[in-house]
Parts: sequence; structure tokens; C-alpha cells
Amino acid sequence: MLRITNGKVYDPKNGVNGVVRDVCLDGGKVVASVPAHARVIDASGMVVFPGGVDVHTHVAGAALNFARGLIPEQHRKARPIYHSPQCRAGLAGSTPTTFATGYVYAGMGWTTANEAAVPILSAKHTHEELRDTPIIDKCTCVLMANNEIILDLLENAEFERAKQVTAWQVWAAKAYGVKAVNPGGVAGWKWGKDCKGLDEVVPGYNKVTPRTIIKALADIVDQLALPHPIHIHCNNLGAPGNFTTTLETMKTLEGNRAHMAHLQYHAYGGDDWFTMSSASVPIAEYFNAHPNLTCDAGAVLFGDTVTITADGPWQHLLYELTGKKWGNLDVENETGCGVVPYVYKEKNLVNAIQWAVGLELLLLITDPWRVSLTTDHPNGACFWRYPEIVRLLMDKDFRKEEIKKLPEKVLPRIVLPELDREYTLYEIAIITSAGPARTLGLPQKGHLGIGADADVAIFNERANAMEMFAYPRFVIKAGTVIIEEGELRNSIEGTQFASKPVYDETIEDYLRPLFQQHYTMSFENYPVAEECVHGLEVHQCGACITPT
Amino acid sequence: MSSAVVKHATCTGCGCACDDIEVHTDGARVTRAVNACTLGETWFRDHPADSGEPAARIDGKPAPLADAIALAAEMLHAADLPLIYDHGYSTCEAQREAVALAETVGGVIDSYTSRCHGPSFVATQLVGKVSCTLGEVKNRADFLLYWGCNPAETHPRHTSRYALHPAGKFTPRGRRDRTMVLVDVEETATAKEADQFFRIREGTDFEALSAMVALVKGQAVDERRVAETGFTVEQLRLLLERMKAARFGVMFFGLGLAATRGGHGNVGAAYRLAMELNAFTKFVALPMRQHGNLVGSDMVLRWTTGYPFGVSLSRGYPRYNPGEFTMADLLARGDIDAALVLGSNAATDFANVPTIEIGPKLTPMQSGAVPRVQIATAATGVSAGGTVCRMDDLPMPLRPTLTSPHPIDEAVLKRILAEVRKKPAWYPMRSEAQIA
Repeated sequence: MLRITNGKVYDPKNGVNGVVRDVCLDGGKVVASVPAHARVIDASGMVVFPGGVDVHTHVAGAALNFARGLIPEQHRKARPIYHSPQCRAGLAGSTPTTFATGYVYAGMGWTTANEAAVPILSAKHTHEELRDTPIIDKCTCVLMANNEIILDLLENAEFERAKQVTAWQVWAAKAYGVKAVNPGGVAGWKWGKDCKGLDEVVPGYNKVTPRTIIKALADIVDQLALPHPIHIHCNNLGAPGNFTTTLETMKTLEGNRAHMAHLQYHAYGGDDWFTMSSASVPIAEYFNAHPNLTCDAGAVLFGDTVTITADGPWQHLLYELTGKKWGNLDVENETGCGVVPYVYKEKNLVNAIQWAVGLELLLLITDPWRVSLTTDHPNGACFWRYPEIVRLLMDKDFRKEEIKKLPEKVLPRIVLPELDREYTLYEIAIITSAGPARTLGLPQKGHLGIGADADVAIFNERANAMEMFAYPRFVIKAGTVIIEEGELRNSIEGTQFASKPVYDETIEDYLRPLFQQHYTMSFENYPVAEECVHGLEVHQCGACITPT
Repeated sequence: MSSAVVKHATCTGCGCACDDIEVHTDGARVTRAVNACTLGETWFRDHPADSGEPAARIDGKPAPLADAIALAAEMLHAADLPLIYDHGYSTCEAQREAVALAETVGGVIDSYTSRCHGPSFVATQLVGKVSCTLGEVKNRADFLLYWGCNPAETHPRHTSRYALHPAGKFTPRGRRDRTMVLVDVEETATAKEADQFFRIREGTDFEALSAMVALVKGQAVDERRVAETGFTVEQLRLLLERMKAARFGVMFFGLGLAATRGGHGNVGAAYRLAMELNAFTKFVALPMRQHGNLVGSDMVLRWTTGYPFGVSLSRGYPRYNPGEFTMADLLARGDIDAALVLGSNAATDFANVPTIEIGPKLTPMQSGAVPRVQIATAATGVSAGGTVCRMDDLPMPLRPTLTSPHPIDEAVLKRILAEVRKKPAWYPMRSEAQIA
């Protein structure tokens, strides 16, 4: 039992904006009151936030572990986590080790994270890593937009069966949501090709296009009543002029719920690398007018990182552009994966535009509930650099100083210098917690109302937002005090959320022979057993919604 | 003893981890392993429910398990630099505990990877790796190049189940839809399956592969230098033309590249060749990993420490240095003063170090170097369940068919760890600067 007293509380879901009031915790939940003998945390001079929620990150699984194996030079420079009574050893670099991931997220006051790219075939491995990722609660999105069983069904216009297969696959992977990465393009990459435009026929098919896949998966996710909408990584990522593809994708999604992942990477104008410019204005205008959409920023910060994505063809291009080492791992019938270490440089025209676009989108999108703070960790920057972005959003004078460091020829290609908006603490609480919790469909997260999970971050109120948010004074997860006086004092296990959509079990009779033909793993060994997912909490989806 | 049949069991006899095995048992031992190759069949038959080993031995004499665990904990706790060494036959679940143990005693952790495909990892860290799961090969590959490996003897079902023969989605005619080329220093059993065999001069793989990379990029090569490899430039050109013309090409390489002189250079050149070919077509390269779950060891070490093998936790956080924190080098320099070996009959290498051995088959008494502590465990995949990883990193669940009187590796490691934790804790010294 715990009473947090005298703190200035920011709880946007319940409309609490910087009010000094008590927050009481008991049994892992927020409660109305606790007895007088309960422990009291005096939060005088501090602000009280609901624990942070990351809607899109890459912290576990085959792709990330592949990347870990590729970059010992970055690990060597990484901040060590020492073996201690509370902590397992680890490294907190560009691809933190699993234990370090939990400690570092919690160490910044973030208590829930969505691993956004899981192949079903290796989902068991992802869950093993998430088991070793302590403190935070986790959920996963499973990669479906290049799944050849789905694509084959869509080629033959068998939507209903594709829906049953998707539902079966989500539960087989013990996943929470559905992710679409470069729909059709990754399937094309299996032949060394790609899909740039929404109406290009997917290589190897006669009819199915990215547009067909996007629309079908969005319909499927809505009809299956999954708590999180279709999570989309658009075609043509990273390419100059790609904002038209992004607009087309958003138009295709009219009438559906949809989450646009790392929108920064999909908001570029120009015709080539030399004429590239920001297209955040048309993207934000469309987005603002369409409340069916949510997004996360995928912001970029300058420095060393490693890029990891299921978008195999893009990574081949990045390899050709950088000449750096390149990792590629195609997953049979399902998806691909590419890894390229990367350095974002302030003086590089393209990188400077990317940096600006991430911030522009965060500033131009008017409804903070629909845009979440992310860096597409580790692609744009590592998640432990989020506080730097918070400062850039809250302090326009600081932002203008940073803009001065960019090459002068960048300025006409971006709109950031013209934007004077400054985020308030209330808005920061929305984009880091309340908003992403709503987007993920986790009603127990992202707020401090009665019955909410007792995940709380308490920060010293300081003028420099980066310093303020980098080191919370207290972090409480599920009612346990994890960080106290800035130190990690406790480590606990987190929960893993999975969704169970309703499906017709006879779909297995359809899938079994396909496995025999196309996979190299037995159908019976493919699903992740419930007992393999530690701390599993199942969201039972409602009945299938049939469109009228 | 009742007979039973378990379907879809995973074999841990080699890196293929085939999961279509139908295992028949009479309750005491495996009587048939349908679909398994000779290696797999031997693996299953060689591990009866009761191995006949005592629960444990201390200094060669049968001892209660609890005593052996207590002594093991004492040895690891008292040592200045203990090594935890994994032979690659355990489950991922046990390997997690091995990492926790290494960390708690401030030791070094390494696996058999450092003696086989360690250089392939170093190559990956230098240039990258273009790869895929085996189903991609089955479904798409119309060109296969095996280099420095002999799957007919080391991975008997590799060609039949995954690569050369199976009918896949885009290779419906199986073998007839594929071309297979073998490069090796001698004409092995695998050569019988190849459409073309090239004999390469021993120790010249790097030169031949580098020349191929140069030719792919349109660069000039020195004909006399190429001739030293046993290839002519014209042969390499023709081979490359076939590779470029493939719809989906794959190169499998073995210890002939990785565990010979300059292994990381050899494999690096192979990976580079596969990468450069992607400017023309789809091309990937995969190592032919061995042992039941050596890949799992690399995977677990990567997610817990960031590095695949050769990891020291002696300063309280992971550090990596092949050649320094690797088993053979630690032994050669006499750096370690205790060892825990996970896997059977591994103790001969550790004759001069106080050693704890954990595995289904203990080093026999007549052997010259019996480990100080020996603990018998259930055999992975036969009487112990859990997860193993296939050569392409895919996690495969195990379906144990027999019941062993001995505990599983994971349980033994947990008990040793619990004993160690009862002793005065070791925590790394941290300077003020590091704390700040």
C-alpha cells in the first residue's frame, strides 16, 4: 500500500492537469484511499505521471537478436549494467540486452512496451526474450502483410478464410495485434524485388496488390475486434517523394481504424536524394482531418544506431548506400528482416531533414491523443533518448538553437523553423502514456483513475525537460517501488498481453496440409504453447463483427 | 513399462533439428525413430530412459545429488575465474540458467561454438550476413552451392528435407528444379549428389572466394593467383554466371571454411560474395551448424549478454573477446581455476582443472581424467523437454518420449545457482566515476 502525496498530478485520461492531489495504490491498482499506516511518498515539488507506454519499439526476437550479434563494436561502447543484488548484468547500448531493456525502460518511468514486429514462425523465441525482459509489461504485433498463405487467399478473393487464418495465427503466436510491413514488398524481396506503389502487382502474383492487402488486413483486424487497430509500416519507406504513397495508404484506410507506424519515415517530398524535402505538412493536414487514424512519430536523433526492420528491400538499398555491414534474414512464407548499422549525422542533408520531419509531425498534428512519442527504437534513435525529444518539443528556444546547427541548405526544405508550438506537461503525458495506451487498447494503462494499473512515474519538476525526464525520482510498477531516489531498488516480472480472437477451429484442417507443403516445421510444433508465455494475460476478443 | 508413440518429435542429433520424427518406445528405450536419419536414430537409441549412471559422483565415487550440487557450488564460488562451458546439447532453458550462474560467480561463459563456427560469427561481425530460414531454400532455391561441407555424412537429411530434393512452393519438381555445385578439398560422399564438383586446393578458399567477389564487381583478377586455388578464372566466371542467372541462390558452408586457417576471412568472403550477388538476383549464405542446440547457446548468450560466445562476466558486465575469453585459449594459458561443463564426456579437455560435468552420459571411470563432480541428467529431446534452435535460428519445441530418473539440466543448474546464492555474494567493484 502506498500513498503518493503533494505531487502535481498529470492524468489526461481523467482530465487532471497539474492538480496537487494524492494517488493511492494497493494490490497493484490505483485505489480511492489507503489506510493511514500505508507508506507515504512525499512528492512535493515533483510531478506525477502515469507510467510511460511505448506503442512501437523493437526490443526482442529474431531480428533484434540478429542485430545484437552483428555489432560488438557498439556493445563495447555501451553503458554497462553491473551485476548487483537487484540487477542482472547487461549492456544498455543501441540494442540493449533483455535484462537491461527492462531496467532502462523502467529507469525512465516507462512501464509498458509493444514489440512491433514478430514473425509467427519465431514467436516462441520472442516470448523467451520477453520473459527475460523484467519489470515492464509487454505485448507484440505479428507480421501478416507478406504472409503467403494470406496473400494466396487474397489472390483468389477468399477474404473470409483469410480472416479465419489471421485469427488463428494471432493466437498461435500469442500476439496482441497485427502488423503490416511494406505490404507485398517483402514478399517481392524473396525474389529480390519490391513494391513501391500501392497498385503494383506483388511479384509472384497476378492480381494481389499492396492496396488489396492493406484494405483486407484492416478489415480483418476491425472485424475480429482486436483491441489494437492494424499497425501499418507503409510501402516505400525512407524514399524521397514517398508522402504520396503514405497519403494513398491513409486514403485506402478510410472507414477503418489504423495506426500509422513511424510516420516520419513516410513523409518525404522531392524526387531523389538531392531534392529531398519535408512533406510533413500535407501528411499532417490529411491526418488531422481523419480521426480514424493514429500514428507514432518514429523521430530521428543524431548519433550512432542500428536500423532493424522487416523491410528487407529497403535494407538492401541502405547497404548499397552506406557500404556498411548488412544483415538479412528472410523467414519462410511470412516475412523478411534486414539490419544495417547507421549513423545519423547533423551535417548530412538527408539526416537533417529526417530529424526535422519527426519533430514537425509531432508539432503539426493537433490532437496529441493520436500521435505517440517513438523513435522506432532502435531505427531513429535508441528509446533511452526519448527525454531529448521531450525537451525539443517543450522548449522552442532550445529547438531553434538546435536548428542553427543544421546545414543552411536544409532550411528551405523543412518547416520546423516556422513552428512555435511548445508542448505542455499535460500534452507530454498524453503522447508518452495516455495516448499510446488508448491506441493499444489497454484501458488499465496510461492513467491514474481508480482501477488503473499502479504504474506511476514521479519526476522532479525542472526547467530542462530532458534532465527532468531522464531520471525519475520514483517509478512504481504494479504497486512495487522500482526506482527510489533515482536508483533501481527492485526488479519484478512483467505481464505479457495476448489477444484471442474468435475463429472457426476447422481452419486448422485447411492449414495443416499447407504446412506440409510450404513450411519446414510441423504444423503441430508451430503454435506457441500458452505455458511458454510467462505472465500471459489473455484479452478475449468479442464476437466477430460482420459488416452490414 | 508401456510402449508409446510420439509424433512430431524434434531430433537433436545435428543442427537440422528435424521435427517430423515419429518416436516409438517400449517405455525403457526408443525402439524406432521413423523419418530420422542414421545420426538421429543413433541419438534416440543411445539414450535410454535410465542411462544406468548414478545420480552423481564425487571424485569418482557415487554420491548423493545434493552433495554433488553443494560441492559444485563450493568449487564455483571459491574459484577466482571459473568457466561455464556448454557443449551445445542442452536446452535454451538450461542455457539461460548457465548464463545466470556465470554471472553470479563472476566467471567466463563459452560454448563449443568457439571451436567450430566461432569464426563465422566473427565474419558476421565484420561484414554482415545475408541469410534465410531453411523453408525459403526448400520453396525457392534453384541453385545450391555447398562449400567446405559434407552434409551426406554430417547432416544426412539436409539435402533430402530442406535443400536439394524436396518439392517446394516454387520448386514443384524438387531435385529437377535445382542445380547443385560442391566445392571441397576432396571428393566426399556429397559429391555423388552434385551436378558439378570442384576440387579446391587446401587453404585457398579465401583466395578463390575473394576472386569471385572481384569478378562479380567487374574488377580484374590475377590469373596466376587464381590458378593456385585449383580453379581457372574461366571456371569461376562460368560458375558466377550460373549463380547470377539463378532465381534464388544459396550457399551452404561448413567447417572447411570456418575452422580452417583464417576462418573468419574465408567466411567473410563467402558472405560478401552472397551480398554482392544481390545486385543481380536473390542470394543468401548459411553456415551448416552442428550439435543439437549449439545455435540456442549463441542465441541465449546474445539476448542476455549481447555476444554469441566467449563472454567474460568477471567485471560484472559482459565483455567479449574471441581468443581471450574462449575455452581453448583460457585452458592454454591456465587462466581458469574451475570449470562447469554442460554436456557429456567433455572432461578430457579439462584434465588439469577442477571440473563439474553435467550431462546424460558421464565420463567413464576408466578414462584418465574423471571430473571432480559428475551429475547425471536426462537426455535433451529424449527424456528432457524444452526448446532447441535449428541451424537457421528457428526455435523448435521438444517432445520428450521417455521418463528419466535423473533431473533435467535446467533443474540442476538452478539448484547449483541457489546454493551459490546462499554464500557471501560477489559484486563487482565500482569506482566512484562509474557510479557517477
